[in-house]
Amino acid sequence: MIFSKQFFLGIALVAGAGLTLQAQHRPIPKAPAKAAAKTAADPALAASLTRGAVVYKNVCITCHQADGGGLPPINPPLIKTQYVLGDKARLSHIVLAGLAEPIEIDGEEYKQHMPAQAYLTDQQIADVLTYVRNSFGNKASAVQVAEVKAVRATLK
Amino acid sequence: MRSTYSRLLLGTAALAGSALLYASQTNVRVAPDPDNAGLKLPAGFGALKVAETGGKARHIAITPQGTIYVKLNRVKDGKGILVLHSQPNGKATVTSGFGDYGGTGMYVKSGYLYASSDHDVYRYKLDDRGEVVDPAKAELLVRGLKVGSQHESKSIVLDNDNNLYVNVGAYANACQEQDRTRGSKGIPNCPILDSAGGIWQFKASQLNQRYAQGTRYATGLRNVVGLDWNPQDNQLFVMQHGRDQLHDNWPALYTDQQSATLPAECMYALSKGSNAGWPYIYYDPQRKEVMQGPEYGGDGKTAAKGDYLKPAAAYPAHMAPNGLLFYTGNMFPAKYRNGAFIAFHGSWNRAPEPQAGYMVAFQPFKDGKPSGQWEVFADNFSGSAEKTASGRADHRPCGLAQGPDGSLYVSDDSKGTIYRIVYNAKK
Ligand code: HEC
Repeated sequence: MIFSKQFFLGIALVAGAGLTLQAQHRPIPKAPAKAAAKTAADPALAASLTRGAVVYKNVCITCHQADGGGLPPINPPLIKTQYVLGDKARLSHIVLAGLAEPIEIDGEEYKQHMPAQAYLTDQQIADVLTYVRNSFGNKASAVQVAEVKAVRATLK
Repeated sequence: MRSTYSRLLLGTAALAGSALLYASQTNVRVAPDPDNAGLKLPAGFGALKVAETGGKARHIAITPQGTIYVKLNRVKDGKGILVLHSQPNGKATVTSGFGDYGGTGMYVKSGYLYASSDHDVYRYKLDDRGEVVDPAKAELLVRGLKVGSQHESKSIVLDNDNNLYVNVGAYANACQEQDRTRGSKGIPNCPILDSAGGIWQFKASQLNQRYAQGTRYATGLRNVVGLDWNPQDNQLFVMQHGRDQLHDNWPALYTDQQSATLPAECMYALSKGSNAGWPYIYYDPQRKEVMQGPEYGGDGKTAAKGDYLKPAAAYPAHMAPNGLLFYTGNMFPAKYRNGAFIAFHGSWNRAPEPQAGYMVAFQPFKDGKPSGQWEVFADNFSGSAEKTASGRADHRPCGLAQGPDGSLYVSDDSKGTIYRIVYNAKK
């Protein structure tokens, strides 16, 4: 059986090279500056963004990555896509029911399915989508719990 | 227009031919790029960017006469296979293209070029200059292979007895009732294995074969992209893409640090009837043990029930080995001869831990078996350590081929760059 110790060293080096967003301690990604200015006046939004960042880190980051850029050709980016910025019901539906149709983003084709994350609460989904819609260069209105609830009701 | 072009090409080919003669007389060598194509290589090696194809260059094959064939994952300008011809300094030009289908497999053997789409396998007759006789005449060898929406590529290789081996990847992560879904159990007697999750053997010269004419040569392999025939011990070697998402789907059993380093990417030496155990098991490189998968009652600490093929060698998790090549050339130093190069496409499933891979590794072999530690051979396809860690790689190594002079060629399916690695030190 062969397994290289060099690899561990290599990884340690890479990790040591200091990736700010993905360091080993997994800091919660910060809400962008612009949103921060806006949230000063809107504590409810600020709280939702903070909670949403935690959900993102626990659930979405594995596929869509810390910077929201995804990892083509398997996982699509969440940066200014029509799905992220567009209809909030469709967006909630993606998280609640998953997505299993080929889509094209920035000329790249994505075929792998996104699994449903229906075990998340309506609040968690509203928070994470509000976070996504206001991170990675995105800017769009918050997603409300009632909006997610309405979509979940159609799935029963 | 077309005929003028091909006459021009003929002329160029003749010119290139005489230039080659001239080159060998005056000892002009293939010239590495001043920056070695951006790669980090062992001392004495150099690299050049042979061509920028701009396509998703998956596997590549080179004829004994030196013509380079590149399989594109997605058709570009109506062409799924590109033909490249080299100049004496090593740079190559895309001279033509054919095949209106995307795919991964590309292999040359005994006067034929073999190619695969995600559904079928084709062959094309080569003439004695290594050129495809009739690009419009694809002979359909195998059709109707299973394809889902993941692990679609059908990698191919031939043995020395006119058999064709085709990977049919499992269209799932771990055969769960709900794919990649938290807590979803594995389906007993995973039905995917009937038509996928293994290597199928067909006749290399029989047309129109379907599953019924083939044999499931080896099973329990989640997805194989890199595979090659080991000429030393006459055996099929494959590189499996190990399962993803141990933490995402089983957060109570695995931390995300564990998930980033489990399971190993495994090399298997296959024989007819081999069972490598997917989806029931995975290989833990720290414990050096085959473990029961959590979808099938495992808890991260329990060894596998059942007797499955052990890996011949193991590599870090999620690095996605997409190319495997046994090196038989004379250009590289003796230690590389009969060893294996592995192209690691690079990971996505290590987040939030740093990503890894995006390099070509070398695995020493002795008497047809892996022997000694593997090492990084060609690194920095990504462009920097930061780009490796974030997964924002500039280039992603995928296919490997050996040139007639013993050069190692590497394809990149992200930007379509074709690399050539040469050894320049005086012997
Ligand atoms: C297991 C990997 C995985 C996880 C976890 C995951 N996604 Fe996805 N996501 C995908 C894939 C793959 C697609 C493309 C699906 C398709 O093409 O059918 C996708 C598509 C999407 C899309 C639509 C396309 C786009 O890029 O705009 C959105 C929005 C999205 N995901 C948001 C999320 C959010 C928010 C989470 C966390 C709650 C999440 N995803 C978790 C893999 C994942």
